[in-house]
Amino acid sequence: MIEAVQLGRTFGERDVLRGLDLDIPRGAFLLVTGGNGSGKSTLLSLLAGLLAPTTGRLTVGAKRGEIGYVGHEPLVYEELTALENLELFGSLYRVADRRERPRMLLERYDLWEARNERVAAYSRGMKQRLALCRALLHEPELVLLDEPYAGLDAVGAELLDDELTRLCGARTLVVSSHLPERIEHLATLRLAL
Amino acid sequence: MALRRYALDVAVLVRKDALLELRARETVPAMLLFVLGALVVFQFAIPGDLTDEMQRLVSFGLLWVGIIFTAILGLTRAFAAEREQRLIDALVLAPCDRSAIWLAKTLAVMAFLLLAELIALPAFALFFQAIDGRTVVAVLLANIGIAAVGTVLSAVSAASRTRELLLPLLLIPLVIPVVVGGVGASVADEPIRFFGFLVLYDAVFAIISWSAFEYVVTE
Repeated sequence: MIEAVQLGRTFGERDVLRGLDLDIPRGAFLLVTGGNGSGKSTLLSLLAGLLAPTTGRLTVGAKRGEIGYVGHEPLVYEELTALENLELFGSLYRVADRRERPRMLLERYDLWEARNERVAAYSRGMKQRLALCRALLHEPELVLLDEPYAGLDAVGAELLDDELTRLCGARTLVVSSHLPERIEHLATLRLAL
Repeated sequence: MALRRYALDVAVLVRKDALLELRARETVPAMLLFVLGALVVFQFAIPGDLTDEMQRLVSFGLLWVGIIFTAILGLTRAFAAEREQRLIDALVLAPCDRSAIWLAKTLAVMAFLLLAELIALPAFALFFQAIDGRTVVAVLLANIGIAAVGTVLSAVSAASRTRELLLPLLLIPLVIPVVVGGVGASVADEPIRFFGFLVLYDAVFAIISWSAFEYVVTE
């Protein structure tokens, strides 16, 4: 699914990633760990196609629209409601069942009651749950989650545990986390940056 | 089928921009206040001892200056949500044609500019000169060109910390032909060649902007 050879990314004078080789088969779960500034977010942005590599070669076997991405920002419109956001992205991401799929995800992530509230009024954790709903809305082949537990309370974290367990094996997952022990048992591959 | 899908993507994105503006009310009210304020200031800036013909020429020139700077104000905020919340990432990852993002944003900018002009043109008629159909046609044609090229440049400058400086710096040289065409169409005896000039400008810059947007939003 993903092959990287001597992958590197520079920002100005700073080498954030250098000489990284990766071979991630379809259905694998790659856990990416590392301290602040080690390049975890840069790697996920490269895999999503949001950044271009400075050096090396990167091949990702998923097209646009087959990638689900959660970054540091929830990537949802604050002035729209949760339901409006999912309807918008459902249409842009060609979701076949644009009524039931958002409903199912909002219920799963315990946001259904707040579906008609503007996202600006949501707590950090609720926004993160909505970000997960947005990223999984189109049932992506490749799921890229950058610190997905950030901002989640205990209930939200358990919901994410369940989601990752459900996706494990069925989808290719690349997850960066400061809490590797939480998902270490699911990972089939590990990368320490 | 592909065209229908494209039109649907554009419609969904335009609806989103309209909803965002209806709720946040950050762009159109600012544009309205700015253009009205500019016209009031211009009213006091024209010397009273000019001939009627000179006053007519100067006032139409000022109308177009007002329209251009009002457009810049709107364009500065065109990608505000996408920039502040990094939403452009979610949009470029979608499987829709990226030019649909440009077209939707251009249509939204045109609509906001039109709303400002719905107030500005009667105010201009009240303060300065009566407006005839040719000025209205020129304004409508100019809106297309300003919004088309302005939306791309707004996306370019959105990534910069100095976007408020960068956007006018990039846009003003490119919209000078619009001012020439707009003023010419408003005051010339034979406005038809200025209409032709504006149509040509719109077509050329719309095609360039439409095809360039993909490269603007990706690395």
